[in-house]
Amino acid sequence: MKVIIIDYGAGNVPSVERALQRLGAEAERTNSPGRIEKAEALLLPGVGHYAALVRALDEQEMREPLVDAIQRGVPFLGICLGLQVLFESSAESPQLHGLNLLPGNVCSLPPTVKLPHMGWNQIVANQESRLLAGIGSSAYFYFAHSYAAPDSNGSTTATCFHGTPFAAVVEKQNIYGVQFHPEKSGDSGSRLLQNFLRIAA
Amino acid sequence: MSLAHRIIPCLDTDGERVVKGVNFAGLRDAGDPVALAARYNEEGADELVVLDIAASRDRRPTFLETIRRVAAELSIPLTAGGGIRTLEDGRAVVRAGADKVTVNTAAVERPELISELSREFGAQAVVLAIDAKRNGNHWDVMVRGGRECASRDAIEWAKIGVQMGAGEILLTSVDRDGTQVGFDTEVTAAISKAVSVPLIASGGAKLPEHFVQIFKKGAADAALAASIFHDGVQPIRTLKEFLAGKGIEVRLPC
Repeated sequence: MKVIIIDYGAGNVPSVERALQRLGAEAERTNSPGRIEKAEALLLPGVGHYAALVRALDEQEMREPLVDAIQRGVPFLGICLGLQVLFESSAESPQLHGLNLLPGNVCSLPPTVKLPHMGWNQIVANQESRLLAGIGSSAYFYFAHSYAAPDSNGSTTATCFHGTPFAAVVEKQNIYGVQFHPEKSGDSGSRLLQNFLRIAA
Repeated sequence: MSLAHRIIPCLDTDGERVVKGVNFAGLRDAGDPVALAARYNEEGADELVVLDIAASRDRRPTFLETIRRVAAELSIPLTAGGGIRTLEDGRAVVRAGADKVTVNTAAVERPELISELSREFGAQAVVLAIDAKRNGNHWDVMVRGGRECASRDAIEWAKIGVQMGAGEILLTSVDRDGTQVGFDTEVTAAISKAVSVPLIASGGAKLPEHFVQIFKKGAADAALAASIFHDGVQPIRTLKEFLAGKGIEVRLPC
């Protein structure tokens, strides 16, 4: 099985690719709708602005094959913005539409704390989680974001807190998302990616 | 459960080798950046910063290659900078494998550089490095490796930088840099409390107690040091255990 990494032109995608290769997985970066359509496993690592991601998905005609593949049951992991885009919309660009695969809207974290929420934070698992299997409850993950999905949707399996609780891990059937960066989160991060590879295999 | 205070080793390079000096002068060789990066990744560093302190145009390809090789060793975030003057420079550093870019002198001369980088990579990827030097009852911004005074107030410049789109401040006390007498908690607290973004404190660290002070009195979100880590004077693991013992939230390596 090969993991198709959606590379829409922003940020440090090679680090995700390298993290997967270290785990012995085959990975390929693409922005081709055709490759996405035929993927056996999909990973969307998003960084930067919500609008840049959504516009890239639309302009490069990747939205439709991506949504189709996910609805067909292809295992999908969204990282950071890749989690946020699963929801209906985001306060970062209210006029744009997300992939609408999970209910709810992404909001800004409160101005009472330092933003971006940057650094290592602990998460609290509140449901059985396949992504977090074998990862200790005190594990830290690396976050770098100012917007987050509320934990009110039924698919949140772990939350984090920075001024307010928010969804750190979401899981619904074949749809997986993490607000933190597993590729930057040392051993706990690689264990999580390993879990996704096992689920997808 | 809350955000951990970060410990960040910094590799000052001449593009290729790690070098170190006192008060930004008197450089000497301090090792191979790739080997040091691998060691810090293993020892529980929370991030790594790599700076090109020579930052000459003809050495740029060498520095980008160093970033590539360092990034390949890491499963923690990497910040790179030194001599970033244009959006294109920033792009090259990110393409080479950096998660964040630091800007310093060029941003003082042309603050729009911060916005350009922030629009392209997001605020979380733009670190405004400020070298501050005490001048009476305020702090001046210093540029060109701490040698020249920019006639700007450091606190005001930090606020402007954040408005322009910087997602983090890397504050170095020029007075303390390389002296090992402890961080400047005063300037750090003043700037940390003036801005809404996280702040990394740098300059003057030696003893574990210095790190306690910079987190408690200096209100820093992260602390950066170079030679005490390179020389093995202060192993990161021991430092973090010490901090945890003082009630400071840190990420202890497994």
